[in-house]
Amino acid sequence: MINLLAAISGSIGSIGYGLAAIGPGIGIGIIFGQGVQAIARQPEAYGVIRQNMLLGFALAEALALIGFVVPFVYGT
Amino acid sequence: MISAAAVTLSEGGCHLGSGCGFPAPDAGIFQFDPYASFTLFGITFDITKSSLLVILGAALIVVFFLVAFARPRLVPRPVQNVGEMGYLFIRDQIARDVIGKEGDKFVPFLGSLFFFVWIMNIFGIIPLAQFPPMSRFAFPVTLAVMVWVLYMYLGLKHQGPVKFFTNMMFPPGIPKPIYVILAPIELISNILVRPFTLAVRLFANMFAGHLLLTVFTVGAWYLLSPSLIGALGSATSFLVTVILTGFEMLIQALQAFIFTLLTAVYISGSLHAEH
Repeated sequence: MINLLAAISGSIGSIGYGLAAIGPGIGIGIIFGQGVQAIARQPEAYGVIRQNMLLGFALAEALALIGFVVPFVYGT
Repeated sequence: MISAAAVTLSEGGCHLGSGCGFPAPDAGIFQFDPYASFTLFGITFDITKSSLLVILGAALIVVFFLVAFARPRLVPRPVQNVGEMGYLFIRDQIARDVIGKEGDKFVPFLGSLFFFVWIMNIFGIIPLAQFPPMSRFAFPVTLAVMVWVLYMYLGLKHQGPVKFFTNMMFPPGIPKPIYVILAPIELISNILVRPFTLAVRLFANMFAGHLLLTVFTVGAWYLLSPSLIGALGSATSFLVTVILTGFEMLIQALQAFIFTLLTAVYISGSLHAEH
């Protein structure tokens, strides 16, 4: 038997989304930060850099979005 | 079905101080009563607002490109100019950049995909429509399945049925023991995760955007009451709605672009093995 010291009630899905957003948030920050830096260093490669930046952004963002959708799917 | 929140809201004065709590919008705002339904082969089809918008959007695109390119002229008219700009954007920014020389073959597909997704998303902020059909999961799933079938077919055709999977599972230049872990991950990621994330990304963006706009619109209406907090809160909430609408326009175009870009990347990966 487990004795709970503390329990949370209410919108647990929101907490899950908050946790799910940490990683992708850091990742997207790194992607755009490095992307802007790359553009500043080599402005003539803007097209290629932007395209790869958006690609990385899309892949990182998917994780946060799955975290956003799952509470709706498994919601009470 | 219209959500309970919307009913409480529309049935007269649900405002701050009138004794009713904030009618928070939920997933129910994405469900509509069918306008009409018909049965075909034992399956009942409902024509709802979302399916009507999809049909309308598809018709709009067909009409636009017919008008733009029906009788092309050397010196383009304004409509043809706009159509050419769209076509060239897809060809130069996506097809040629990602796929390369063979990319020109896929411009019609990528272009249709981009403009279809874009106009579907734009419906989210057009007055009276104000619903992005892509926030119903079935629509992005259909598009993702189309893309999946296309890149699987291209891969099997261009790399051969065995080579396609071995190239996928064993990318070169990695120490041998790592393949034990990497091969199954690559296989699952390429075959299952790709279409899943492609659909979920578009769906969740539109779903979240619509929910966000609804929360602040409902908030502006709910807070509208003869008190200082109510007036200030309502004005702020309305202002945020306007700002978010502008933000949504950016997201809508970006998501259409990303969807097309990823499709091009998957096609390119199927045409040539990684090396």
